[in-house]
Amino acid sequence: MVEVLKYDIVIIGSGLAGLRAALQAAWTSGGRASIAILSKVQAMRSHSVSAEGGMSAVLYPKETNDSLELHAYDTIKGSDFLADQDAVELMVEMAPKEVRFFERIGVPWSRLPDGRMAQRPFGGMTIPRTTFAADKTGFFIMSTLYQNVLRFDNVHIYHEHFTTKFIVENGEFKGVTAIDLKTGEFKLFLAKAGIIATGGAGRLYRFTTTAHSTTGEVLAYAMRAGAAIKDMEFVQWHPTAMVPTGILITEGARGEGGYLINKEGERFMKRYAPSRMELAPRDIVSRAILTEIAQGRGWVHEESGMGYVGLDLRHLGEQVLNEKLPMIRELAYRYAGIDPLSEIIPVRPAVHYTMGGVHTDIMGRVLMADGTWIKGLWAAGEAASVSVHGANRLGSNSLTECAVWGRLTGEQAAKYVLENPAPITEGSVLEVAKREESRVFDKLLHKEVNAVSVYQVKRELQDIMEEHFGPFREGSKMSEGISKLTKLLDKVKSMRVEDTGRIYNQNLKDALEVEGMVELALVVGMGAYARTESRGAHYRLDYPKRDDENWLKHTLAYLYGGEIQLTYTPVRITKWKPEERKY
Amino acid sequence: MPTITVRVKRFDGKTTWWQEYKVDVKGLKISVLDVLLRIKEEQDPTLAVRYSCRMAICGSCGMVINGKPRLACETLLEELETDVVTVEPMWNYRVIKDLVADTEPMLMRLREVKPYILRDTKEIFESDIEYGQKPEELNKYLNFAYCIECGLCYSACPVAASDKLFLGPMILAAAYRWSADSRDRGWPERMKIVNSDVGVWSCIVAYSCSAVCPRNVDPGFAIQQLKKAILLRRKKL
Repeated sequence: MVEVLKYDIVIIGSGLAGLRAALQAAWTSGGRASIAILSKVQAMRSHSVSAEGGMSAVLYPKETNDSLELHAYDTIKGSDFLADQDAVELMVEMAPKEVRFFERIGVPWSRLPDGRMAQRPFGGMTIPRTTFAADKTGFFIMSTLYQNVLRFDNVHIYHEHFTTKFIVENGEFKGVTAIDLKTGEFKLFLAKAGIIATGGAGRLYRFTTTAHSTTGEVLAYAMRAGAAIKDMEFVQWHPTAMVPTGILITEGARGEGGYLINKEGERFMKRYAPSRMELAPRDIVSRAILTEIAQGRGWVHEESGMGYVGLDLRHLGEQVLNEKLPMIRELAYRYAGIDPLSEIIPVRPAVHYTMGGVHTDIMGRVLMADGTWIKGLWAAGEAASVSVHGANRLGSNSLTECAVWGRLTGEQAAKYVLENPAPITEGSVLEVAKREESRVFDKLLHKEVNAVSVYQVKRELQDIMEEHFGPFREGSKMSEGISKLTKLLDKVKSMRVEDTGRIYNQNLKDALEVEGMVELALVVGMGAYARTESRGAHYRLDYPKRDDENWLKHTLAYLYGGEIQLTYTPVRITKWKPEERKY
Repeated sequence: MPTITVRVKRFDGKTTWWQEYKVDVKGLKISVLDVLLRIKEEQDPTLAVRYSCRMAICGSCGMVINGKPRLACETLLEELETDVVTVEPMWNYRVIKDLVADTEPMLMRLREVKPYILRDTKEIFESDIEYGQKPEELNKYLNFAYCIECGLCYSACPVAASDKLFLGPMILAAAYRWSADSRDRGWPERMKIVNSDVGVWSCIVAYSCSAVCPRNVDPGFAIQQLKKAILLRRKKL
């Protein structure tokens, strides 16, 4: 039995972008639009809570000698010139407005003595413009946004509802189907408008800073519904993840003055980015660390065998650590058993962010490969690729992106549904939902004794991604990886779900996740293999140079006859001509 | 390689039973969550655990471990000082399955204390002004803003165990956090709620909430601060 629910707007995902969208849609519609938030976790637990360092914005240009132009330029240079420049200009212009909005709704921003908001330096940003709330910025924004959503009676939160399918008919969004994990009921959410805000896909890899929930299957589901997926080969490795857990040590630690040192006690960044040192963009710092380790100047973690370098915060002193980096001190103590005040933190790069995502235009409208809008559907935040980060995101631009496009998509969706007052009808959609219900729950009927387990497939997937699509890539290695992924896709079909119950069946949810993850991994792999250049986070040993003549363009992946196809779309350039990227 | 015995209180919607698993671990610097995930992935995929960030910030994995409510991701085997780990779902909630407690009814009551800045809403949503806040004003409520809504405090609360109408420590701490924010003007409104018969006066000052809080939010203290403000008839917290 499919339960049918009707909403004006359905938002998939409850992180910073999703909640910001909900808040704006609720306000813009003046209470007249009904809004549902579907979250596969409890809504306040989305991975945005783990963001630590801060949110970029030009707040006090006079006092700091900063400008929107400079923020835009830093971002575009950081992106290795793959960002769409009109989108970047829109982001930097709205960023200060969003920081002030967060200030008015109650975010506990860290402050200067006179009551203004404090800002810290961050990688690739030439002026300190990262606004922060200690080292839990993402958590504080999330908590504030979530509680503010409770202002509005017209927003209904569906905790622990796992979306399984986007329904699009005749180029128009009709709704989604979802499993209510608590009860095992299958639901059809019919809606006039949808916003995809499900975050990234860090868990395609094993060593990652991201939460267990950051699996990215929804991107594959969107692709199944006709959306194109853009620039997925650009995967960001954050330079400083703690060994062996992968728990993030914020870039703010280097922003506050932390050093990176190798086994010889040397600040090795002087050989890689002499002018910016530890605050060069993440792709550059990550490759520098891995090069140090590969050349024998790192340490080796005994239990895990991982190589690492040291993040040295000892000289910052107790006051800076306690006031500006309290969580870092606590996490290092708990998970690595060291006190950063007297010991160096063992770190190495880990997968952190997905620059790619659902292909959208500058307003966040979801596009097909030919550039047509899937009417009624938007995407925002890490799940989307607008694209403002291009080939490499600068730290603290992600929260800004989530806020700006959360707001823009929420606002547009509210206006769209108010302009289309026709009642929502089931039509043929209910039939689609019934077929989807069978597809999902038929997975519980596989009883083959020797069938592969969901977790075995996930392990194999992560092995392939780490081995074949890491930070240093090569054509032959990647082609091998792609054939392994193709074989894995066959295994996915025969995976065995061992929990056959309906109530809180995590095993079934995990199976659906893994299915989408393997499809998405193929998009990453194919895009990376095809792109015969090095740009930002995509670095190829066999093509070590950027190639603007052939590759100053976005990759688009889409499904045609059930197969993944690639095509390309130009980068939008307004003011800043591509130049060599040096720090 | 030490072998750990894990005793899990299980529930499938109808029946409750205890199940025992053996897990070989390389060292004791591993979290209870990681041990449970290994059981799930290698031995028993039917085991249900709510989890996500694995770094004590999302608030998903509250459970009772060796008799004390805590987060599984930040409880390391070494601090338990035994090779027998006993886990059960959080107390004071309905159990959905195995270690997954239904915290939703409690969480949804947060709405009752209006957990947001109460002042001109139009100004909040449509102006572009900055309210400003001095560091000392920030410090007045900051500690209470660290709440991750894990629900452990409610699980440990002796009043919540019998009085289902009681708002409980997490929600009352939120009432304090918002009322003590220099940007907020909502204390007169919120005071009526926390001063009602579901509010602060049911608290018996056991402080078990504060004892189990993984973020040191100290909801017990927040409740006493609310009582004080009510008794002193403060106009603004």
